[in-house]
Amino acid sequence: MSRFIVRRLVSMLLVLWVVTTLTFALMKAIPGGPFTAEKRLPPEVLVNLEARYRLNDPLWKQYLDYLGNMARFDLGPSFKYEDLTVNDIIREGFPVSAELGVLALLFALAVGVPAGLVSALRQYSTADYISMLWALLGVSIPSFLLATLFIYVFGLRLHVLPAGGWGTPAHVLLPAIALGMYPTGFIARLTRSSMLEVIRQDYVRTARAKGLAEIVVTYRHALKNAIIPVVTYLGPITAAVLTGSFVVERIFAIPGLGRHFVTSIYNRDYTVIMGTTVFYSVFLVGMNLVVDVAYGFLDPRIRFD
Amino acid sequence: MHRFKVVLALAVAMALVPMASAQPQASQVLRWNVATDLETLDPAKSTGIPEATVIYLLYEGLTQRDAKGRLVPGMAERWDISKDGLTWTFYLRQARWSNGQMVTAADFEFAWKRALDPAVASDYAYQLYYLKNGKAYNTGKIKDAGQVGVVAKDARTLVVTLENPTPFFGDLLSFHTLMPVPKAVVTTTPLWAGKAETFVGNGPFVLKEWRRQNRIVVERNPQYWDAQSIKLARIEFSMIEAESTALAQYEAGQLDGSSNVPVADIPRLMKSGDFKAMPYIGTYYYLFNTTRKPLDDARVRRALAFAINRTLITARITRAGEKPAVGFVPSGIVVNGVDFRAAGGALMPVYDPALAKRLLAEAGYPDGKGFPVLTILYNTSQRHKTIAEAIQEMWRQNLGIKVNLTNQEWKVYLQTREEHNFDIARAGWIGDYRDPKTFLDMFITGSSFNEGLWSNNAYDRFVEATTKTADQTARMKAFHEAEKIFIREMPLAPIYFYVNPILFKPYVQGLESDPTGPPLLRSVWIVGS
Amino acid sequence: MATTIMRKGRPAAVEQERPRVGFWGDAWRRLRRNRAAMAGLWITVFLMIAALIGPPLSPYRYSDQDFDHIFEGPSRAHWFGTDELGRDLLTRVLYGARISLSIGFVASFVNVVIGVTYGAISGYFGGKIDNLMMRIVDVIYGVPLLLWVILLMVVLEPGLINIYIALGTVYWLTMARIVRGQVLSLREREFTEAARALGVSTPRILLRHIVPNTMGPIIVTMTLSVPQAIFVEAFLSYIGLGVQAPMASWGSLASDATEVLRVAPHLVFFPGLAIVITMLAFNFLGDGLRDALDPRLRGTM
Repeated sequence: MSRFIVRRLVSMLLVLWVVTTLTFALMKAIPGGPFTAEKRLPPEVLVNLEARYRLNDPLWKQYLDYLGNMARFDLGPSFKYEDLTVNDIIREGFPVSAELGVLALLFALAVGVPAGLVSALRQYSTADYISMLWALLGVSIPSFLLATLFIYVFGLRLHVLPAGGWGTPAHVLLPAIALGMYPTGFIARLTRSSMLEVIRQDYVRTARAKGLAEIVVTYRHALKNAIIPVVTYLGPITAAVLTGSFVVERIFAIPGLGRHFVTSIYNRDYTVIMGTTVFYSVFLVGMNLVVDVAYGFLDPRIRFD
Repeated sequence: MHRFKVVLALAVAMALVPMASAQPQASQVLRWNVATDLETLDPAKSTGIPEATVIYLLYEGLTQRDAKGRLVPGMAERWDISKDGLTWTFYLRQARWSNGQMVTAADFEFAWKRALDPAVASDYAYQLYYLKNGKAYNTGKIKDAGQVGVVAKDARTLVVTLENPTPFFGDLLSFHTLMPVPKAVVTTTPLWAGKAETFVGNGPFVLKEWRRQNRIVVERNPQYWDAQSIKLARIEFSMIEAESTALAQYEAGQLDGSSNVPVADIPRLMKSGDFKAMPYIGTYYYLFNTTRKPLDDARVRRALAFAINRTLITARITRAGEKPAVGFVPSGIVVNGVDFRAAGGALMPVYDPALAKRLLAEAGYPDGKGFPVLTILYNTSQRHKTIAEAIQEMWRQNLGIKVNLTNQEWKVYLQTREEHNFDIARAGWIGDYRDPKTFLDMFITGSSFNEGLWSNNAYDRFVEATTKTADQTARMKAFHEAEKIFIREMPLAPIYFYVNPILFKPYVQGLESDPTGPPLLRSVWIVGS
Repeated sequence: MATTIMRKGRPAAVEQERPRVGFWGDAWRRLRRNRAAMAGLWITVFLMIAALIGPPLSPYRYSDQDFDHIFEGPSRAHWFGTDELGRDLLTRVLYGARISLSIGFVASFVNVVIGVTYGAISGYFGGKIDNLMMRIVDVIYGVPLLLWVILLMVVLEPGLINIYIALGTVYWLTMARIVRGQVLSLREREFTEAARALGVSTPRILLRHIVPNTMGPIIVTMTLSVPQAIFVEAFLSYIGLGVQAPMASWGSLASDATEVLRVAPHLVFFPGLAIVITMLAFNFLGDGLRDALDPRLRGTM
């Protein structure tokens, strides 16, 4: 097992390197730079500015400098926000996004898994149809619409919760639900369908015939297998949700990391683009490793070689 | 008898009490949405409206920022202007920075030279190009900052030497780029403006808190020289980008005002009185690439311009009280008591499809036959898209021509414009100061802002002439002539003049808005509930 | 009618003659019995027909503007109401169906063909191949899609193709991971070992034994990813990658209208309703297909 983890860590570093390189290349390939603006700088001043940030260096040198700094965890200064470094931005934004993300995921699991189970065990019943309809609505209604509706209904019309902003537990409830709706629906459906698969298996039917104790033991075993697709789904979703959702954070005016992923690209804030990309990728490969290890616990038969 | 007089006196006194309670009793805290986080609070580097909004509270320049453009003494008590208009001498009052140190002329000299410093690379350095050698220093042609036309003669005297007579220089004195900075603090703490702990300003408010993407809190500065005129105790700024959320908070009572407003709700908010269309010196227009056929023919450009139904656009699409454009320079530029646009009159019809058709036919495309398919370029935005769709239809119906629409992300769009890689590009321009120059000098031959590459010698000569004299009558006359040529040649189709949409509650009094964009919040007070 | 059938090498059996229908015929019969699935099928067919013949039948064109009737709710003249330029929403929704349905189909196709194949291969072979393939997936996840999209926008002419390319790059990733997870589990099962022992070739094992047993998560992922495709397309079109104005898909219509939600909710409601109905239809159909194709249910129902 430990050999497996070590091998994976090496692959993960490789992935980070490739992601960094591709992002760097794409970033430099698209038109516009951090200093492209409507009220244009005179060319002489632009040259100075670029020299200050070493944007005049040949690309390969910029790339190597960047990799070197990254190895020392120095992600550089932001081009747009002069007083901030990328490390500052991540340090301030991540805890907020993470808090929101964790709650959204907890919501998704707490609602989605039981809903899926109920549907599977009582297939074609009213409960099944209702919970599935609910799951489908959650998936088809986009988060920006949900967010806007929530603010309007709960923040303004009913006046029970703050209309956006951040700082108290009351501020977290609505955005967490808005963010969690899509995963909830997905998880509910995945749970239902794989639970259905599993309970049709022979060993389950046999256990049912044998009585209650058998049923409990067997269903626990069945659930462990049924949950595999949910765990798979959770991997990338967790990474995405923890590092922040641009849409939900923008509409609820939440000072998280999510908006930086998008605005850094619009601003061509090269260092922030690289910093947020690497940060997210670390999470992503980390979560995927956790998922694979979890497979081992859920289904001991699974081998990776 | 005596008792009756006492009773009468008491009754009168009681009647007067309600008037006394019209004094502000409510907590003098203003909660304002500044719409997006500030990039910086360093005056040399700030460019945007949110930055300006807060900078006008934390700093004060030689003059105070006044919504009507009057020259109100700020750090400078009084000043002298030489006969030729080239030398301005300012006499500063006794005033302190928020850390107790005196504000000196050296702080101004340091700040202005810093803004021009090529190493600092300020986006707005060009606001100081009116100073002698300002441009030369900024573009590296001279290396010695000592040659720049701003000198602190002594601790309270600042001598400014201009490159050319610049009558509107007075307007620029209060502009945020020209704010002083505490020399002693800046030289020791380069990032002094980034945190509340290190921030030092000389304005009516001090920075108490700055949480990125979240909020800014400023409080009344008791050390400010005119502190008694400031009624607000505190201003709390939110940074809500999503307009519908800002409106929801405003309506739920969490905000007292907002710098952004959802366009769709404007008609309703106008009725309720919450929406205020503030003056804004800006023009929305479609720029023509005059190097591409058939846009090189002025008749074609004029045809396209006259076929746009501006009244429809302002009444049905933008709906915030914008005025259809009848020239390039918008209303609101008042020089010597005369509004430039009013004096210039309507240089073009707001909508004349018949004339447009005739012009197009004259140019060789009767009913649009043979007219190539052009593309309108705009940057990603609902509003630009809707207007472009409307104009696309108008041109189809009125002229029989087909145009395509293409939407580009902001920086790609800017780059495309810079590379002259467009047929027709949507654009907008907000003036920086109250003089027609801020609009008309963009289009002289060779200007980097002249992306349509239009060139007209007569126009250039008129605009040049305005830099050679301080005589405003002569200058305005030259500008009017220039604008006439401009509209005759139509290198761009002006569409409407902007208004500045902001939202604030009826209990917020004394709020004025600067025509270059930011709301001026220092004079605000809250009326009791 | 009773018949005696002699089979070579097998004891004679008396069988009731039944029409031989084979796997697909059996599946279709099961599907037909599932009312929800059939409803889904008919709705999908209806939507496709509406997308094809609806627009020409409408008295309005999708770009006809009418400034005297902006932001109007549903009425006799405009069944779905009008938008900010007075355009008829029903006509625009019908045109949008073409774009959104095609996005939905293409996205599902990409998901199935690329995602399932990739995930199945990765999971079945395991080891170094699995590691490499999954790390490639990680890389694609990690690089910001927006950067790639902007590059596409600059390099290619705007149009629907760009959406397909952009979506196609990332859309199949979730499916691949989910299928891989399932396959890792399935390949250790007895029936797989048995098939291997019998010498069945690998592609056949994958196609005949493993994939059918992952139909559940496959169908779920496929149908639930469609709204995502629709809204990603809306975002891409918004920033200029896809179809240009005044053309619009359901996703564009709904997301553009979110700004005017309070003023003209019908502009969000109708395109949104179209998306939800399509989703439900695909979903019930998908469920029914899964049940119909489930090898364990063969011969039952």
